[in-house]
Formats: sequence, structure tokens, C-alpha cells
Amino acid sequence: MATQFTRMLAGRNTAVMLASLGAGTLATGYLFSDSTAAAERRMLYPPSADFPDLRKHNNCMAASLTPAIYARLRDKATPSSWTLDQCIQTGVDNPGHPFIKTVGMVAGDEETYEVFSEIFDPVIKDRHHGYDPRTMKHPTDLDSSKITSGVFDERYVLSSRVRTGRSIRGLSLPPACSRAERREVERVAVMALSGLQGDLAGRYYSLGEMTEREQQQLIDEHFLFDKPVSPLLTSAGMARDWPDARGIWHNNQKNFLIWINEEDHTRIISMEKGGNMKRVFERFCRGLKQVEQLIQERGWEFMWNERLGYILTCPSNLGTGLRAGVHVRLPNLSKDPRFSKILENLRLQKRGTGGVDTAATGDTFDISNNDRLGKSEVELVQLVVDGVNYLIDCEKRLERGQDIKIPSPIAQFRR
Amino acid sequence: MPFGNTHNQLKLNYSSDQEFPDLSKHNNHMAKILTPEMYASLRDKETPSGFTVDDVIQTGVDNPGHPFIMTVGCVAGDEETYEVFKELLDPVIEDRHGGYKPSDKHKTDINPENLQGGDDLDPNYVLSSRVRTGRSVRGFCLPPHCSRGERRAIEDLSIQSLDILDGDLKGTYYALKNMTDDEQQQLIDDHFLFDKPVSPLLLASGMARDWPDGRGIWHNDNKTFLVWVNEEDHLRVISMQKGGNMKEVFNRFCTGLTKIESLFKDRGHEFMWNEHLGYVLTCPSNLGTGLRAGVHVKIPNVSKHEQFGEVLKRLRLQKRGTGGVDTAAVGGVFDISNADRLGFSEVELVQMVVDGVRLLVDMEKRLEAGQAIDDLMPEQK
Repeated sequence: MATQFTRMLAGRNTAVMLASLGAGTLATGYLFSDSTAAAERRMLYPPSADFPDLRKHNNCMAASLTPAIYARLRDKATPSSWTLDQCIQTGVDNPGHPFIKTVGMVAGDEETYEVFSEIFDPVIKDRHHGYDPRTMKHPTDLDSSKITSGVFDERYVLSSRVRTGRSIRGLSLPPACSRAERREVERVAVMALSGLQGDLAGRYYSLGEMTEREQQQLIDEHFLFDKPVSPLLTSAGMARDWPDARGIWHNNQKNFLIWINEEDHTRIISMEKGGNMKRVFERFCRGLKQVEQLIQERGWEFMWNERLGYILTCPSNLGTGLRAGVHVRLPNLSKDPRFSKILENLRLQKRGTGGVDTAATGDTFDISNNDRLGKSEVELVQLVVDGVNYLIDCEKRLERGQDIKIPSPIAQFRR
Repeated sequence: MPFGNTHNQLKLNYSSDQEFPDLSKHNNHMAKILTPEMYASLRDKETPSGFTVDDVIQTGVDNPGHPFIMTVGCVAGDEETYEVFKELLDPVIEDRHGGYKPSDKHKTDINPENLQGGDDLDPNYVLSSRVRTGRSVRGFCLPPHCSRGERRAIEDLSIQSLDILDGDLKGTYYALKNMTDDEQQQLIDDHFLFDKPVSPLLLASGMARDWPDGRGIWHNDNKTFLVWVNEEDHLRVISMQKGGNMKEVFNRFCTGLTKIESLFKDRGHEFMWNEHLGYVLTCPSNLGTGLRAGVHVKIPNVSKHEQFGEVLKRLRLQKRGTGGVDTAAVGGVFDISNADRLGFSEVELVQMVVDGVRLLVDMEKRLEAGQAIDDLMPEQK
């Protein structure tokens, strides 16, 4: 706590320091707590009057939120005055998603996960396959040298990618941030990134100043994030003031990218064509560590704690926030009725090659890890490496007319 | 209750300049009027229910411009918004409503006897006639800001009151969340139902939160009198029918509105109204009468005439596509309605539409016959 405080004093301006003093104190405020208008309002509208109608809903929030929990949390607020209604708005507005079971709630700041833990903990447990934030600890490991067999057969694997997110402690998250806070995130990130050198040296493209051609080019290369059309994003308020303070930074070789102020403060992506996942992950870890060092030199740090790992906007990205994946051709395996079960046991998920809201076209799939929390980065990448190698092996067998086996399910957490 | 960064306590730690939105690519009323100095003086204020200037302008920041109309770019979260943020909203109102000043008074006149004619628009050209307005229930927050509890309370009040209507106005309420997909599509096709919220103008201001909770449509058995509950305003009241008998439409409109107002009063609730702004609604563009009286009219020739825009301007009319505000015209059929809302009474506005559409139809007939229309050009109203 002392080191953290002195680092904060060294680098940041007073305003932000004042804000960050709230972090970690677990102080819970109440909205409008100083007014009789507030008390009247609470009498006129008890929590039951405001409880959302979730009968047609199928998301993690709707599965866990009860009228009793809502009643206890409705009038609470984080130190920056973020409320439960704001957390759950996206889940109320979006009853379900055709391809994935969504979480249905977001955090507005780091303290959200504490102040509203009564609903966030069960949602986290539901989403992260039984990880219990009340009793378990999350491991962080960014030593890429530990990865084995991390180079895939390029007749099948077209590209490899690892992404994660990082939030800057002391600044509100995208659903809640003001324009000034968002611009501060941009400023801090861009300043740090300008210190990267060698194969990581690159430049920043602010979304507001990019030409339409540059933008389309970046989208076509799978580099740029969507204009915010997904209702999951827009209902949570993350698209406010678009494109102010949004942008993308990438190195000159276009294999290390940072998204600024999309769904998280920063998304860090390492990718390249072909199957060399080991190299992708090595660059990922190296880049991440350097960026962290660069922001620490200026008195900033990432949001992290040992209960939840890295803190991000969506509870689904807690822990490592890591999605390691490949675009892989599996024409035979994908038609085999055992495909889903194999993926399930390998703890992998499939998506279309356009990303999370898309379906697969043709025989090429985006295959990545299902888990984010409770396993380290190294463990998850190794899991993807081993899993994809297994899938390719199945594909080859089916090509040759041989039979395949469903593998045993991988264990969930280290005990 | 708020969304986004309404109560964000940290933003006041930053200077006003750091928070000021980038409006360099924007073309709406808010962007033309909001200055850094104005923002600085308003940013730490809030209405009693907690609505802030950032809430007022969010839709205008997120939507730089609209292809067909100059949007307002601000909304109100409650009745007090127009007071607390008058420094911004008075000039917006003045700009939007043809020079209406903060000291001006607005006259209300919903006596249908005062309308001259209007029962004689040629149905070969005028396919349908419609009058709509909005009403807000005093004491509740408006759609951008209301909580689920408030929205449901408005719905309950509306159902209780509307259930009492009888005679030609007797009807039924359809809650959006109980409607079948078929019922819903039918109502959309009949031009009765409001859009599912896809317009970014609506979404960015928070009006679509919790959809479809608390939303619904009431209509009479004849399907000529409709009330929308909790869309862009608490209530939208619509009278419509096929053909050109605007007088009948307006009669029913006034009768129905007056009855509804008295039924709400019986339950201890009045509509938001004051003598400066008239009826108070969510969007500053709908203040005053909140009235849009319009027709779907077939004018393929007039609409291609080079003076079409000028004619409309002089008649104080505006054109839209037949799908509503965000659409373009199809097949020469236009939605023609009054451009004004504030500073003219309801009767005056409907009169303008009746007289103006009669003229447009006359022009259309001339052009069809290959004749000129120069002598028909109107004076500026």
C-alpha cells in the first residue's frame, strides 16, 4: 500500500490522485444520501417497483439476480457513484444472444466488484465454471518460455492470435468514464507506447483522425475494432462520445496492437499469419511487460488483485482476460457430430472468423480457450496449443478415413 | 435512473475544458450553441432528480448529424431540465422554433370549432390524415431518465384512465411485452405502432432502456385514435384515418385529448405545462403544442418541381417519407406536415396544414394538366 501510494504521488496529477484514494478503501456510498428528495423517492419506489422483468432473459445476471439481492444493493453506490442499475442495464436490455450466453452486467470501476460483490460473485462463479472469488486465488504467469509444441501445421492453421485487456487503476471503466477520464486513458497509454522500441516500435492512429480508407484497411486486416453497433456494448454506455479518445496503436510490423478505449481501457493483441503460437505469445508477454513498466515509470499501474486477477469491464474477462486462438481449417472435423463434445472436453470454444458476434463461414473456425479466470496465461495458452494440435490430428485422421476419439475432459482448476 | 456517466463524481476533478465534447464534426442545434463557457457554468448543476448537462447533450454528442433533418441534439430528463439548463436550452429553443424568445408566451387552443374547412381535401391525392401530440405527466421523470418504477407507474395511470373512455373512443391497451409478434407486425404495418428502438437518436439518450417494459399502445376499436405509452414521451396521442377529412381527425383529437386530461386529473395528476413553453416534452423540438398534423399525399409532379422546397418553406410545412421521420419518400407519396410546434396554437397549425395541402393538391393538378403554377406561389406565412 505504501509503495503504491508513493508511486502515485510521483507521477500523476493531483486530480487523479484524489480519485484513486477511493480505490481499495471499499467505501460504499449511497446515492442522494444527503437529501429528503432521496428519502421520498425511496418510499415512493421501493426496490420491488424497480426490479427488472427478467422472465424472458437468459444471461448470467438474470440467472443470479433475485429481488432480495436487488433490494439490498439498489441504493448503494461505488465511491464514484456507480450504481447497480447501471451495472445491469446491458443485461436487462439484452435478454439473450444467439450464439453465447452473455454475462449481462458490467463494472463501472474497480470498486464495483467489491460494492456489488453479492451479485458479482455468483455471476463470476457461474461464468467461470465454478471459480469462487470468495475462497480462491488467481495465478498470473507471463513466462512464455514455458510453452511447448507451440508451432502448428500451417496447412490447417491460418493465423494465431493472443489478446488480453488491461485497465488503468484510478480511472473509471468505459461504461462509466467521463470524456476527460477517457482522454486521460488515451494519453497515458499512448505516452507509454511511444516508449516501445525495436520490433515493438510503432505508432498511434486516433479513430477520430483516421481517414476512412485507413480505417477500412485496418478492419479488413482484422486489426480494428467494430464501430459500436452491438447492443451489448451500446446498452452498457460504452459507445458514448464515439469516436472521442478511441484509437489503435500498432507496431510497424503489424503483429502487436493495442486498442484504446473500446470495451476496456486497453486491449493488447499479438497476432500473425501462420501457426507460430509460441512466437505470438512470446511477443505478447514481452510487450505487455514493457508497457506495464512504462506506465509504472509515470506512476500508474494496472487494476489487479489476487482474488480476481486483472480487472476488466466485463466479468467474463477477469483473471487473465486472455483469449488465445487460431483460425483453423477443419472441413472434416467440423462436420463430425462429435466436434462440439471434443471442443468442450478440451475447454475450447469456436467462433466465426468475424469475431464473437459472428457465425463460421465455410470450414474455417476461430478456436480459442473458454476459460479466463483460475488458470494462468501460460496454462491457458498451453491448453490451446495442446487442444489445437489434437484437433488437427483428428482432422488428419478423418482425411485418411481413420476414426477419432473424444479426449477426456481437462480438469478445471488447480487445487 | 441514469445510465452512462450521469453521477460520475470523478469528472468534476477534471477541468471543464478537459470534459468539453469534441463537436467539430457536428451539425445539430446543441453543437451550434454549446460553448466551453456555457458548459463550464452548467457542468456541476443537476435537477432535483439528478439529471446533468452531460445527460442533456449525450444524444447530440453521439449523433453528429442526420441525413434528412437538423436534429436538436438535446433532451430533457424531467420538467426542471428546462429551468436548470435554460442557459443552453433557451437559445436552442430560439434557434429551433423560429426565434421564440425566453420572454414569449405560448397559446394553447384545442377547440376544434375554430378550424375553418379541412373536411374537403381531395382523397384521390390525400391518402390519409393524422394529428399527433405528446403529453408528459407532471411529477415523473421523462423517458431518458425515468426509473423502471416510474415508467410502470405512468403505464398503470394511463391504462386506468384510458379504460374509462367510451363511445367512439372505447378501446384496448396492448402492452408491448405481451403482444405476439404477429399483432406487433400488424400494428407496425397499419402505421400504428412505434418503432422498436433502433434510431441512434433515441438509443443514445437512454430512452430505450429496459425495452419493452412499461411500453404499450392503446387504440380505440375503430383504430382511429391511439395512444403510445412510454416511447419518446410519456404519452403520444394520435388521431388518424384514411382520406382527407382533417377536420374530423382534429375533432376527435381534441375531444379525446381533453377527456384524457380530465381523467388524469381525476387521479390527481396533471400534464406538464407552463405559459412560456406550453406542453413540456422530452425533445425541445416538441415543446408548445407538440403537434404534428400531416397527410400522406401523392404529389409526384409538385415534388419534382424546382420550387417545391421554397413552397413548403413559405407554407411553413415540412416533408418526410411515409415511414416517418427517419425515412425518404417512396413513389411520389410524401408525408407533409407543419414545421412549427411552438409559438402557434394547435388550431393555427392545423389550419396551416389544411390550407397548405389544399394548395399543393391544386398545384399537382395543374402540373398534371401541363399547366404552370407560378400564379399559385404562396406568400411567406
